Amino acid sequence: MSLSATAPTRMNRIVIYGLLLIFAAVYLVPLFVMLATSFKTLDEIRGGNILALPAQPTIEPWARAWGSACIGVTCEGIKGYFWNSIKMVVPAVLISTALGALNGYVLTKWRFPGHRIVFGLMLFACFIPFQSVLIPMARVLGQLGISNSTAGLVMVHVIYGLGFTTLFFRNYYDAFPDELIHSAQMDGAGFLTIFWRILLPSSAPIIVVTVIYQFTNIWNDFLFGVSFSSGANAPMTVALNNLVASSTGVKEYNVDMAAAVIAALPTLIVYVVAGRYFMRGLMAGAVKG
Amino acid sequence: MAFVEIQQVQRRIGVLQILKGIDVSLEKGGFLVLLGPSGCGKSTLLNAIAGLQPPTSGDILLDGESITGLHPSKRDIAMVFQSYALYPNMTVAQNVGFPLEMAGIAKAQRDADILSVAKTLQIEHLLDRKPAQLSGGQRQRVAMARALVRKPRLFLFDEPLSNLDAKLRVEVRAEIKRLHQQTGATIIYVTHDQIEAMTLATKIVVMKEGAIQQTGTPAEIYNRPANMFVADFMGSPPMNMLAGKVSADGRALVPDAEPGSLLPLPHVLAPGQRVVLGIRPENIGVEGGSLRLDLPVEVVEPTGSDIFLWLRFGTALISARLAATESPTVGDRLSVALDMARAVVFDEATGGRID
Repeated sequence: MSLSATAPTRMNRIVIYGLLLIFAAVYLVPLFVMLATSFKTLDEIRGGNILALPAQPTIEPWARAWGSACIGVTCEGIKGYFWNSIKMVVPAVLISTALGALNGYVLTKWRFPGHRIVFGLMLFACFIPFQSVLIPMARVLGQLGISNSTAGLVMVHVIYGLGFTTLFFRNYYDAFPDELIHSAQMDGAGFLTIFWRILLPSSAPIIVVTVIYQFTNIWNDFLFGVSFSSGANAPMTVALNNLVASSTGVKEYNVDMAAAVIAALPTLIVYVVAGRYFMRGLMAGAVKG
Repeated sequence: MAFVEIQQVQRRIGVLQILKGIDVSLEKGGFLVLLGPSGCGKSTLLNAIAGLQPPTSGDILLDGESITGLHPSKRDIAMVFQSYALYPNMTVAQNVGFPLEMAGIAKAQRDADILSVAKTLQIEHLLDRKPAQLSGGQRQRVAMARALVRKPRLFLFDEPLSNLDAKLRVEVRAEIKRLHQQTGATIIYVTHDQIEAMTLATKIVVMKEGAIQQTGTPAEIYNRPANMFVADFMGSPPMNMLAGKVSADGRALVPDAEPGSLLPLPHVLAPGQRVVLGIRPENIGVEGGSLRLDLPVEVVEPTGSDIFLWLRFGTALISARLAATESPTVGDRLSVALDMARAVVFDEATGGRID
């Protein structure tokens, strides 16, 4: 096959890049509107064009969103809820990732009778709709005495995330050569030593994938947050909803926008920092090198 | 009792019998090669000795004690894997030192041991590298160093040369032989390559379909194969096999390929018996021998050191090995001499050797 037959012509290129630019714009316009609006004064929002850049940029809406906006009856901004979310996300991501890695290790390298069924059931957990577990979960949390607490939300997210994290690690470790495990066994390493010294150091790509996936899901979760927490214990997403819904007098669009961007910031940062590993990890094992 | 005793080892997976009662013994300092085609159970047997795949029944004794129930780490056996199984996240020094670290040996002693074994295998300059930065031959050496550093009671090698190119294979083969002579280690080695088996072993076990075909020294296996499978498996090109019927006086074979001729047998057999006469290519030459035949040359294969000829004998082709100084040409009729004293006879029905 000659090169010219497969290489896109100039016209093709224009069409491809043109379409890409249009779609990029479609996706980026809302973000632009949010950012632009969050730096505008209320007067400018009421009087001006939604797509215009702020005439007199101000960070006052950001300060209000963070520190003094009213959510329900308290007017202390979203900062408390932001930390609630951090306190929920970090342990939930770490615990579910660690347990998923351990599960994947056992399901691939220490196979026991019935391991397929166990894995099948764990996989099935990925497809259980959130809504169906709300009431039983509420009861369990109540009986454990951790309802309306960050610990309770951590537990819910760990349990719900286990299916996914186990799936990720199982598939990754499935491609990991058994001979390395056998070799380590003969060298005298035990169950945890092999995991810690041989498997984990080679797991960076899948750890990144799992952490990003779990972080994004848990941070963005609204349903569990709104169901199992209230008031000052609510996570960021719930607080954002309450902030936008609280109407005392004038609707402060600029504060709402600033709060929404703050709420989206951590997941954005995670993608920017670790995004390139994300793609690499997703592809790993798909094609054996 | 021998140093390694494998007694009636069987392994079954469902209805599939992978090992059908294997008995092998090996003296201390011996080099045992398990030889056979893929799927013959040789790697399964090696894994049973290592403890990675326990046998369904039977016993394995090392130095007089049964190790069958012991965890791999408690057997004091080191293994070199086909893929080398180097830990990708560790440097060469960490790889070699890993078994020592697991055994709880102090850092200073460990470093001294690593350096000493690295010297033996000439990998001192590689100690700080990661496995990914090594060539195939270097990885092989590191894997051997990791096995050697523990000074285990027994070494296992699982087809260690199959991932190397032809030239390197010959080099590393010689290296393994040198190490065995130098250290006097007891080694069990799995391969499907009969040349590796011949060059390295003090004792060869030929396996097929989970059963032992023959156990013996390389010379015994090569010169007096127990059956047609072993005869055919050993040697390249393989032994010439001529099926036929024993003549009326019991002293000669009437080959099916050329019923008009008579090939004298090494010993008298029952007249009319169906047998197969086997003769190796190197026992067919231009001089000596007890039987002369005039055969047309069909194919000439020069290898540099020798020339392999394929000669037409009725409906069969016979291979012969000649010195490179000979210069036969295709289509010639060549007078060849068959050394019938070195021929072996097999029962056609059972495949077993007849003495």
